[in-house]
Amino acid sequence: MFTIFKRELKSYFTQPTAYAVIVIFLFMSLFFTFSLGNFIKTGDANLEWSFFFWHPWIYMLLAPALGMRIWADEQRSGTIELLGTFPTTIGSAILGKYLAAVVVWGIALLLTFPMVMAVNKLGDPDNLTIFSGYIGSFLLCSTFLAITCLVSAFTRDQVTCLIISCSICVILVVVGFDHVVRIFSQTFSEATTDAIVSTSVLDHYQPLLRGALRLQDFTYFASIIIACLLCTSAILNSKRS
Amino acid sequence: MIEVNNLTKNYGSKTVVNDLSFTVNKGEVLGFLGPNGAGKSTTMRMVTGFISPSKGDATICGVSVVDNPKKAKSFIGYLPESAPLYDDMTVIDFLKFCAAMRDLRGAAAKEAIDYSIETCFLENVARQSIHTLSKGYRHRTCLAQALLHDPDVLILDEPTDGLDPNQKHEVRRLIARLGKTKAILFSTHILEEVEAACTRAVIIDQGVIVADGTPTGLKKQSGTDSLHDLFRNLTTKETE
Repeated sequence: MFTIFKRELKSYFTQPTAYAVIVIFLFMSLFFTFSLGNFIKTGDANLEWSFFFWHPWIYMLLAPALGMRIWADEQRSGTIELLGTFPTTIGSAILGKYLAAVVVWGIALLLTFPMVMAVNKLGDPDNLTIFSGYIGSFLLCSTFLAITCLVSAFTRDQVTCLIISCSICVILVVVGFDHVVRIFSQTFSEATTDAIVSTSVLDHYQPLLRGALRLQDFTYFASIIIACLLCTSAILNSKRS
Repeated sequence: MIEVNNLTKNYGSKTVVNDLSFTVNKGEVLGFLGPNGAGKSTTMRMVTGFISPSKGDATICGVSVVDNPKKAKSFIGYLPESAPLYDDMTVIDFLKFCAAMRDLRGAAAKEAIDYSIETCFLENVARQSIHTLSKGYRHRTCLAQALLHDPDVLILDEPTDGLDPNQKHEVRRLIARLGKTKAILFSTHILEEVEAACTRAVIIDQGVIVADGTPTGLKKQSGTDSLHDLFRNLTTKETE
């Protein structure tokens, strides 16, 4: 598994993919923070609303862009045949490839450290809340990457994978968005609305931004990730049977 | 070393490989012939454990590919048909990756990589990025990957495809040389190759074996002393 992980990670950095994604992520996250997030005016020292709030909107497009090649490329170039005939299991290949993508995103997130330094210099933030926000943000991108990993197992075409994964991620974000929730509540009963909203990543992400580490949110993210990786394995196996 | 027992592969209602059985012993080079779509690649993919058979089994050095794929795969060196490679790597990095996947580390890995680079004449391109390589070099890089762990069994799907006549000649000689100590199964369209490199050949058509014998035996069987005639007589033509 570690060999595949290392190869994948290296490949993200020998191609422009990782750099492009990291640079665009940093640019967009700062752009949203200072423009729509109104960071300076609101004095949001915990980075909750000005910074972390925008991450789902960036991830839903960028995470599939990073992850779309995970299996699609492998199937298009036929290298999956090499992987499939090495004495290893498909599970370790999936894990190695997935973790490499997650690490690239981890690096992107770590590179936002100047924001943390800035708020510590400018104000008096609760650094534990910020840390919790980072955990949330990391779990969120890991979830989107797992979804993309699953979708890429279905297709050899990266563009198809990108479009489908983006759509799934957009839906998962939007169903928890205030305006959409209001529409739901006018149409459906309260229980149904709650049920729909609780499937949204926002519903589980926002408590983490406030510093609330709730077991149900971790369970939510972990179960989506695990389910997606298991399904990836099932899909790849069924393609070979 | 390779024992194929009643291997069958169905895709939906279509039977691509039908109850195929054969063995390849140590020191034997088996040429696998047949028209396009006869089931050669599918058989090879099943023997290497890449796809699972609908029925039957293949044992490699006594280990079942179906029951213990990880162990069986460790005995096999495999060159897939299209010679797939990771384009973003250099030749040497790719071979290092493959060596690590075969659990070769440190000095053993270095020795194995040097040996395969030398055997496949890759010295000139070792540090070159794979996407800049010509087809011949790509093919040989993939072949080098199959030789890294000095496997007892080699499965080569059209190893001379896309090579120039000199390279073809070299690869055939290499196969004949390696065949003395290993069991080799290789598929080809080129009938001359059978005489040049094989100790035995089978012809398959529509998933079943239609001829099996030594190159000389098969030529005799044709009646006209020509493998071409035998091949044309025994296999289904697309125009029929």
